[in-house]
Amino acid sequence: MCRLDKTFPTNDCSACILSPKMADCNGHPNIDVLTYHEVLKVDGEAGDFKVTVLKKARYVNPKECTGCGDCIAKCPVKNIPDKYEFGLVNRKAIYIPHAQAVPRVAVIDKSVCMKLTKDKCGNCFKACGKGAIHYDDKDEEIVLDVGSIIAAPGFKVWDASIATEYGYGRYKNVVTAIEYERMMCASGPDKGHITIPYFKVDNNTKEHPTKIAYIQCCGSRSEKKGWKKYCSSVCCMYATKQAMITKEHGDLQEDIFFMDIRSYGKEFEAYIHRGEDEYGIRMHRGARVSNVEENPDKSLTINYTDDQNNGVSETFDIVVLSVGLAPPEGAEEFAKTLGIELNNYGFCKTSVFKPLETTRKGIFVTGAFAAPKDIPTSVAEACGSSAKAGAWIVKKDFTPCAPKKYPVEKDVIGKEPRIGVWVCHCGINIGSVVKVPEVVEYAKTLPHVIIANESQYACAQDCLESISKAIVEQDLNRVVVASCTPRTHEPLFREACRDGGLNKYLFNMANIRDQCSWIHMHQPEAATAKAKDLLRMALAKAALLEPLVGSEIPVTNAAAVIGGGITGMNAALDIAAQGYPVHIVEKEKELGGFARNFNFKEDGICVKDYLAELIAKVEKCPLIIVHTGVTVKDIPGFVGNFTLRLSDGKDYPVGGVLFAVGAKPYQPTEYNYGKDAKVMTQIDFEAKLKDGYSPQNVVFIQCVGSRNDSVHYCSRVCCASSLRNAIKVKMANPMANVTIVHKDIRTYGFREELYQKASCLGVKFLRYPVTNAMPEYDGKCVKAFDATLGDYVEIPVDALVLATGIAPDRENKENLAKMVKVPISKDGFYFEAHQKLRPVDFATEGVYVAGAAHWPKFMDECIAQASGAASRMLTVISKDKLISEGIVAGVNESLCDGCGVCVGCCDYNAVSLVKQADGSFKSQVNPGLCKGCGCCVASCPSGALEQKGFRTKQIIAEIDACLDYPVGGE
Amino acid sequence: MADFEPRIVTFCCNWCSYAGADGAGVARLQMPTNFRIIRTMCSARVDPEFILRAFSKGADGVMVLGCHPGDCHYIGGNYRARRRIALLRLVLEQYGFDPKRLKLEWVSASEGEKFQKTVNEFVDTIKKLGPTPVKKEEN
Repeated sequence: MCRLDKTFPTNDCSACILSPKMADCNGHPNIDVLTYHEVLKVDGEAGDFKVTVLKKARYVNPKECTGCGDCIAKCPVKNIPDKYEFGLVNRKAIYIPHAQAVPRVAVIDKSVCMKLTKDKCGNCFKACGKGAIHYDDKDEEIVLDVGSIIAAPGFKVWDASIATEYGYGRYKNVVTAIEYERMMCASGPDKGHITIPYFKVDNNTKEHPTKIAYIQCCGSRSEKKGWKKYCSSVCCMYATKQAMITKEHGDLQEDIFFMDIRSYGKEFEAYIHRGEDEYGIRMHRGARVSNVEENPDKSLTINYTDDQNNGVSETFDIVVLSVGLAPPEGAEEFAKTLGIELNNYGFCKTSVFKPLETTRKGIFVTGAFAAPKDIPTSVAEACGSSAKAGAWIVKKDFTPCAPKKYPVEKDVIGKEPRIGVWVCHCGINIGSVVKVPEVVEYAKTLPHVIIANESQYACAQDCLESISKAIVEQDLNRVVVASCTPRTHEPLFREACRDGGLNKYLFNMANIRDQCSWIHMHQPEAATAKAKDLLRMALAKAALLEPLVGSEIPVTNAAAVIGGGITGMNAALDIAAQGYPVHIVEKEKELGGFARNFNFKEDGICVKDYLAELIAKVEKCPLIIVHTGVTVKDIPGFVGNFTLRLSDGKDYPVGGVLFAVGAKPYQPTEYNYGKDAKVMTQIDFEAKLKDGYSPQNVVFIQCVGSRNDSVHYCSRVCCASSLRNAIKVKMANPMANVTIVHKDIRTYGFREELYQKASCLGVKFLRYPVTNAMPEYDGKCVKAFDATLGDYVEIPVDALVLATGIAPDRENKENLAKMVKVPISKDGFYFEAHQKLRPVDFATEGVYVAGAAHWPKFMDECIAQASGAASRMLTVISKDKLISEGIVAGVNESLCDGCGVCVGCCDYNAVSLVKQADGSFKSQVNPGLCKGCGCCVASCPSGALEQKGFRTKQIIAEIDACLDYPVGGE
Repeated sequence: MADFEPRIVTFCCNWCSYAGADGAGVARLQMPTNFRIIRTMCSARVDPEFILRAFSKGADGVMVLGCHPGDCHYIGGNYRARRRIALLRLVLEQYGFDPKRLKLEWVSASEGEKFQKTVNEFVDTIKKLGPTPVKKEEN
C-alpha cells in the first residue's frame, strides 16, 4: 500500500493512512516487528504453535542505525534496480527500502556488496558514526512460541509481459498500473511529474502526455494461457482513480477500455460517475482491446472493438495496463510451510462460512491472500482475523506482557522550571548545516535552562539514559530536545522522561532537522539562526507545560449487538469466544435475520442449515444473552459505559455497541410486481425453484431498485444471485431460454466463475446502455435495447425475475443513530469513521458497525466484517479501564458564559451544556469523548475553554518567543 | 527593500501539514528560512487571537496549514479553520491590513513539494508586500 499514491474512493494519500499504522506497530509494547525474517517451519497445533523463523543477516544493527543515510551516500555500488520502485530507478548495495520504511534502517544486499563479495571497500562502515555496520552478521534461526497465526502475505501484481499483444516490455510507453502509480506519486522517482517514459529516457523535450489509455482486465477474466479467470476486483476503481488524479496534474484526454465497470463497493458507483461526469474521463464500455502497436514516433495505437462491434483505432502517448492481482510470490511454498491449502487459483483456501479461517486450525488469513480485494475490506478482515487469532491466545492463557515499572513521577506543580536541553547533531544531518555548539551555547543563555548538551545522536540509548539520569541528578522538571520530528521520536524521549521520574507531558521538541537543516542545506548561517529560534520557542512553551494524566474511564466488560442475523450472531460468538458477555437484541421473534429467506447453497451447504447450526451455537453459548421480540429504546452513555435500554423496560450496562441491523430487500413496484404472477423477485423465484418449478423462458432484469435516478448505488449481490439462479434453471432444463438483461455484470473476484459457467451453459446476456431507460414488459414479452446489436429485441417470458436491490432501511438506522450520535451516509447506510483507517468503527468511540447495515454485501463478507467489528469491540470491553489521552479540552467554569458555541463545533459530542443550580448553563467536556483537537477552545469567545498541552498561553508563549527577539536571538 | 527578510509564523496541524513539512525535509526540498512552525493538533485549534498576536508582534505574514478538505483527522476541523480564517481576513482588510499576509493552505502528509511551493510563494508574496505596517508605525 505504501507504494500507492492515493487510494480510492476517498483519494486520500496512502502514506498518510499507512505510516502512522506502521509506527504504531513498531512502537507497540505487545508487537514485535520482525522485518527481513522468513518463516521456515510451523510445528505444534492451534493454541501451541512453534514457529521457526529465519532471521536474515542484515549487516546493520537496527538498534544502532538511525536511518540517517550517510552509509548510502558513500556506497560505490550503484545501478541495482530498486524493487520498491519496480526498477524505475536504481539503488545502492546498502539501502533503506523506502522513505517511510519501518523500521527505517539500512540493509546490505549481500549479493552485490563489494565488501561481502570481494572483501573490498568498507565505506559504509567508515561512514557510519554509530558503528552500526557489522559485516560479520550471520543468518540466525529463532523459534517463536505462539497460540495462533495470521497469514497476510498479500498478492503479486500479474506479470504484464504475458500479454504480448499489449507490448509491455517492448514498448517503453506501455506501463503497468503499479508502475504508473509510482510515476504519479509525489514520493516516487519522478516526484509526481508524469512524463512520457520514452521521451524521458531520450531526453527529448516533449514530456507531458496529452492522451492516456487505460486497458482493463489485463491478466484477469480470460481463459488465455497465463491469464487469470477470476476478476481482480479492484482494477476498475484504481484505473478510474489514476485517471482522476492524472487530470489533477494537468488537462489531458483519458480513456478507459473495459468490458464491465465493477464499482460494487461503498460509494464506488458515485466515484465512477464523478470520474466520467466531472473529470471527463472517457469510458468505453464493452470494449476489448485486441492489441497495441508502437508508431515510429513512439506513440501507441490501440485497436479495439467498440460496443457495437466496430473495429476502431486510436493513438495515445501512454498506455496503462490495469494489471490484475495474482497469488503472492512463493505462495505454494508458503502454504506448505504453514501447512495450509490453496484454492484452484492459488490463493488461500477459505469457505463462505469461515472466510477468515485457513484449512489448518489456529491459522487465519487476511487481505488479498484469500482473494483479490480492496483496502477497506482488507482492513476490516484484518481486525476480524485478529479476533479469531485472539480467541486462541485467551484459551492458552498466555501471560500478558508485564507492564513496565516507572519511578514515581516527581511533583513539579508550583516549582520554578528547571529545563535540561539536548541538541542533536544527528550524525552530519544537522551538524553539517546547523552549528550545534553555537546553539548549545545560546541555549545556556535562555531562562530556566539548567544544563545544555550536544549529542551525536540524541535518540541513541546512551543519550536517552543520560536524559533520565540528568532528570534525577540535576533535579530537572522539563526536558527539551532539539533534533528531528516529534512525529517519530517524541514517544522515545517521553519514555526517557518517564524513566527519570518525569511526567511525559513535560517534554518538548524542536524540529531542527526535517524542518531546518534538511531544507536549508546551503544556508548554514540562517539555518543556525532558525535552529536557535525554534529552540527558544520550544523552551518558552516547555516552561509552561504541566504534568497531565489521562483520566481513567471505567469499562463495563460486556457488549451489545443490535441485530440477530448472520452478522450479529457471528460477532457475538467472536466476542464470547474471548470470555465476555454479549447481549443480542433482535426485534423479530426469532434469530436469523434476512438469511431465513435464503433457499440456496454456498460451498455445498444449505444456508438454512448453516443458520440453524449458528442459532443453536448462539443459544447454547452461556455468555450470550438473547433478547428477541424487543427493540432498543435508547443507548445513553459513552465509550466503556453505555446503558442498553430495551423496549421491555429493562436496562443493561455495556461497554460497547455493535450495529448489525442489516438492510431490507427493495420492494419493487416496477413490472406489475405483485399483480402479475409471472413477475417475481429472486427470493420468490428461489423458493419456487426449490419446489421443482422449471420454466421455459426466463428473463432476469438486473438493477431493479439500484443504479437509477433515485437509488444511485449498486446493490452488489444481485448479479451473482441472478447468475446462480440462471445456472439452476439451465441445469434443470438445458433447453430453457434464459436471458439476463443488464448494464454491467459485476461478478467480482472468484464469483466470475458463475459468469463463465452461465455463459458455458448458454445463458444469454443482453447489455443495454447505462443511460437507457429500463427494459419494457407487456405481460408477454420483455423489450430491451441490445447495445451490441444496436437495436431493440423482444424476448418471450414465462418467468420474469427482478434482480431487486438492497434498500438501506433508513428509518430504523436513523432511530438508532440518534441514540449514539453516529452519521448515516447519503445512501442511507451507516457511515463509518474512516473507510480505510477505521472501516467498522464509528467516529463515536465504542460504537461499531458490520454487515449489510454498513453496505450491501455477500454472506462471507458479512461474516468477516462481523469478526472485524467484534475485534474492535474487544479492544474496549476487554479492558478494566480506559485512559483518555492527556491532551484534551477542559472548562474554566468561572469564565464560561454558557453560550454553547463550543457544543456545536465539537464533532465528537464531547462538549455539552449543563444546567447549574442557579439556572445558568456551563459548558462541560467529557474527557472520554474528547479527541483533543482543540477546535472548541478556539471557538470560545470568553477564554473559558483550554486544551491541555496546547493551552492558549503556551502557544502565545511560542509566538512571543519567536517574535520578541531578533532572528537568531542575538 | 532588497534585503528585506520577512518573518513568518506558520501554524501546522499535527496530522497532515506538519507531516508534509517533515516530508519536504526527508526529500531535501530547499526553501527560504523565513518561516517558523508552531504545531497544533488541528488547524481548528488556531485561534484568530494567535494570528492577531503574531501580527501585533511584528510578523510580516502568517500561514495556517491544515489537512485537505474531507481529510481532517478530526472529521471537520479544517472546515472550521477555513471559516474562521475567511472571517479574519475580512476583519484584517477592514483595518487596512493586507489580507494577503494571512494564508490558509491544505498540505497533506505526502505533499512535501506542495509545502515547499507554498513556502516559496508566500515568502515571495510577503517580500513584494514589504515589511508589516505594524513595524513601520513603531519605527
